[in-house]
Amino acid sequence: MSKIHVSTEINGDQVEFLCETDETLLDVLRDQLGLTGAKEGCGTGDCGACSVTVDGRLVCSCLVLGAEVEGSAVTTIEGMADGDALHPLQRHLLEGAALQCGICTPGVLVAAKALLDKNPDPSEEELRYWLAGNLCRCTGYDKIIRSVMTAAAEMRGEKS
Amino acid sequence: MRYVGVNSFADAVDLMGSEQGKCMILAGGTDVLVQLKLGLVEPDLLINIKAIPGVKEISVSSTEYRIGVAVSGAELGEDAGLKAEWPGIVEAMELIGSTQVQGRATLVGNLCNASPAADAVPALVSAAARVEILGPLGRRKINVKDVTIAPGKTSLAKDEIITAVCLPRQQKNSGDAYLRFIPRTEMDIAVASAAVNLILAQDGSVQSARVSLGAVAPTVLLVDDAAKALVGSKLDDAALEQLSMACSAACSPIDDRRGTIDFRTKTAGVLACRAAKIAFQRAGGSL
Repeated sequence: MSKIHVSTEINGDQVEFLCETDETLLDVLRDQLGLTGAKEGCGTGDCGACSVTVDGRLVCSCLVLGAEVEGSAVTTIEGMADGDALHPLQRHLLEGAALQCGICTPGVLVAAKALLDKNPDPSEEELRYWLAGNLCRCTGYDKIIRSVMTAAAEMRGEKS
Repeated sequence: MRYVGVNSFADAVDLMGSEQGKCMILAGGTDVLVQLKLGLVEPDLLINIKAIPGVKEISVSSTEYRIGVAVSGAELGEDAGLKAEWPGIVEAMELIGSTQVQGRATLVGNLCNASPAADAVPALVSAAARVEILGPLGRRKINVKDVTIAPGKTSLAKDEIITAVCLPRQQKNSGDAYLRFIPRTEMDIAVASAAVNLILAQDGSVQSARVSLGAVAPTVLLVDDAAKALVGSKLDDAALEQLSMACSAACSPIDDRRGTIDFRTKTAGVLACRAAKIAFQRAGGSL
C-alpha cells in the first residue's frame, strides 16, 4: 500500500510528510518530524498528554490521522516558546513547581494556552473543567491550576 | 486499510456501494480511531467526509436547524442561537469527553457509534430530531429514534450515509433539558440518563411532552407513558411520581459494576423528574 503524501503547516512552517493510512498525527509528529514534545500516554484520547491544536482547535493528536491534517495549521508545544524566551505559562509552571515527572506538562501547556487564547480571564472552575482531559499523576493538579492562573494574570498585565 | 477523502456525499455513497469489504466513515474520529487502535474494528476502507462542502456548517431556516455532520461539540456550543433554543441538546453534546474530544466529536458520530449510553441521542430523540440520509436510491429522512437498532448497529444500509441532522425550530413556551448520572463529575459514560422536551399551554400547564431515556436499554428509549404523565400538569408531585414510575417501568438495563439494574432503573426516573423541572422552567413555567 502506498503512503499518503500530506502537506501541512506546523508551528508556522510548511511541512510535508508521507504517512501510512492508520498513522496518527501523534506518530507522525514524534517518529517522522522529531517533534517529541507531545507524549503518548494512553493513545485513546483519555489523558491529554498528546494535546496539540489543529486549525486553532484543541485536540488529542492520537485521535487525529496524519492524513487528516492536509492543508491544516497545526501547533505543538515546540511552537510555544519564542526562541530562548519561555512563554509565561511555561515560566510559571517551572517557577510554581507544577510538574514532577513532566509527561503531562506539554499537553497541559498547550491546553492551557488554548483556553487563554479564547478567554484570557477564566475562573478557577472554568480552568479546572477545561483541563479535565489532561491527566497528571504527580502534582495533584493544585500547583498546575495556581501556576496557570498566575500566568494568565501576568498575561493580562496585572501585577502578581 | 485504504483511506479516501471525498468531496461529496454522492462520491461516498458510490465508494461504499462498490467496496467489497467493510467501510467506515470518519466524521469526528474520537470513536473510530480508538476502535482502530484497540483492534475492535478492521475496516478495508476509511472514508473521510470532513472536506465535503457544508459539513462544518449550522444553517437555520424558519422551520429547522440543519447541522452538518462534521460540526464538533465545541462548534455546536459556540452557536448562541442554537444553544438558546435547544440548550438540552447542546449541553448533552458538551458532556461528551474532554475539551480535546469536544474539538473533534460530532453529533452524528455519537449517533452512528450506536452506544446505548450516547449522551447526545436522548436529547435529539426528545427534540424529535431527524437525520437526512443519502443512498443509491436518493435522499430520505428518518427520525433519530430509528437510527440505532441495537448496541453498535444502525438501520442504515451499507451504502447509505447521514448527510445532516435536522432539528425543528423550538416552539414558543417550550424547553428541553438533559441530565445523566456518572460516578464522577466529568469525563465518564452515562450509567443512566434522561432528556425531556416540553411545550406549555397558555395556562402554564404542559401541553405536550417527549421523554427519552439513555443507558437503560439496548437502544435509547422514547417513553410515551412518561410523556402522558406530564401532559395537563404543572409538574405537581403526583405528575412527577407518575413520570418517575413510567420511566422506571420502561427500563431494561444491563447489570454491571458501574450500575446495578435496580440503581439504573431508579436513577432513570429520578433524572427524568429533575430534567422535567429544568425543561419546565426553560419553557417559562414556574414551579
